[in-house]
Amino acid sequence: MSGYSRDEMMTVAAARQLRDGQVCFVGIGLPSAACNLARLTHAPGLVLIYESGTLGTRPDVLPLSIGDGNLAETADCVIPLPEVFSHLLQAGRVDVGFLGAAQIDRFGNLNSTVIGDYATPRTRLPGAGGACEIAAHAKATYIMAKATPRSFVERLDFCTSAGFMAGDGQRRQSAATGQGPLLVITDFGMLKPLADEQLAVSALFEGIDFAQAKTMVGWDLRCHDSVETLAAPTASELEILRALQERTRIAHQTRTFPKEMPA
Amino acid sequence: MARFLGLPEAIAEFVHDGDSVALEGFTHLIPFAAGHEIIRHGRKRLHLIRMTPDLIYDQMIGMGCADRLTFSWGGNPGVGSLHRLRDAVENHWPNVLRLNEHTHAGMAAAFTAGASHLPFGVLRGYIGSGLTHVNTTIKSVRCPFTDEVLTAIPALNPDVTILHAQKADRLGNVWMEGITGAGREAGLAARHLIITVEEIVEAFAPAMNAVLFPHWLVSAVVHCPGGAYPSYAQGYYPRDNAFYLEWDAIARDRTRFLDWMQTHVLDVKDQRQFLRMIRAEAGA
Repeated sequence: MSGYSRDEMMTVAAARQLRDGQVCFVGIGLPSAACNLARLTHAPGLVLIYESGTLGTRPDVLPLSIGDGNLAETADCVIPLPEVFSHLLQAGRVDVGFLGAAQIDRFGNLNSTVIGDYATPRTRLPGAGGACEIAAHAKATYIMAKATPRSFVERLDFCTSAGFMAGDGQRRQSAATGQGPLLVITDFGMLKPLADEQLAVSALFEGIDFAQAKTMVGWDLRCHDSVETLAAPTASELEILRALQERTRIAHQTRTFPKEMPA
Repeated sequence: MARFLGLPEAIAEFVHDGDSVALEGFTHLIPFAAGHEIIRHGRKRLHLIRMTPDLIYDQMIGMGCADRLTFSWGGNPGVGSLHRLRDAVENHWPNVLRLNEHTHAGMAAAFTAGASHLPFGVLRGYIGSGLTHVNTTIKSVRCPFTDEVLTAIPALNPDVTILHAQKADRLGNVWMEGITGAGREAGLAARHLIITVEEIVEAFAPAMNAVLFPHWLVSAVVHCPGGAYPSYAQGYYPRDNAFYLEWDAIARDRTRFLDWMQTHVLDVKDQRQFLRMIRAEAGA
């Protein structure tokens, strides 16, 4: 692999999965980059929702946080946060919810709460935020996470957000209205659920084979009958993504302070 | 009608040791100046409530103001950990902090129920989540019409909610626009509502939906320009992302944190002096 990073590979692969006009619930980081790349390339009508209440936002730089001012200024409208979760997400109006996590298991259940025991954690992580209900109610969830045996684990330390639960249709018996984690985009390729809802390799990036992928995952990884090869990012995709990242870098360096007001 | 108070007077009157206190504002309009004033008042054993604790609760927790936290996402947005929150949870420094942990959807429902003076909020939430095992206040209720089992969360009714907004008029009507988060719900859920504002104007042009609170729902209005810094006030100043990045290093180390709090908060009179110091340090 040369000429581009793993982050760029994942971002481009995720962007290519999005279709024009879809409504995406976006988080910060790789998902935000992927959704905005899609919007700047093949999906100009992609509707981006951030949980801060900004709907249909078209930021020219990536936000550092989900509530940055440029998200509000470039949105179709801004709504109160409770309505994002009740009137939009829970009501089934989100097509794709993007999630990340510190740990994922073979059924796409996610941990973003603690490493170790909840009461006496080795590492306290930020917690659920919007993730738990996004995982339940977005029509589909796409997970973006880099694979290591410590992050793609046999057993989660804590289940923050449910994927396919224990598999074999358990999720369909629950109150979750969305279809669950239909896609995982990671740095060796992609995973999709098998018939028993276990996530298995459906695609590999150019130059990576299944044996390599297996070493990056803490469970006994399986693969689909046919495994696609994902093409490397094109020059044009990389150019647009890098220009976006550069605009973002410059914007985040600029400091403006509140003006001093007369007493 | 709302009363117009100075920030020290408002905090002295409405925030007491042991109170439940919600400083809301979702990334936007975070009432930092009010948080600093609470620290200067040396308030203890507070039950802090906030969806995203952010840097302001990292500071208050690190300074020993709180023994309980109700929250749904405790990170430094876009940067990483809240190191003071982590130190309190992982090592009980400076004291034990009890967690009442929720999801964003759950807290939004709890504030909405609180604002309506209903006993609980209802949602299809926490499905398959381990939070239901570690937080016994997350319960279920059966719908009397469809028999569906739904999630029930106790209403949140803080003793006092503190918000920051763009402006108030001479009566104390409060104008807030841009990202309002769960501010309106948190404000109406509280027994007392303090709002710090960038600006006080004589009267608003017909304001329609931008007046989030009419004056008779507000306990106190405090004129506090720059009161949301380092978060932002749409139309006044942007978020200082560089400070959020710097905070990671300041908060990582107990001694450096305490030194920073001493010089930037405890030894400082008000937000005006704090902002002068910050501008001088940045060479701006």
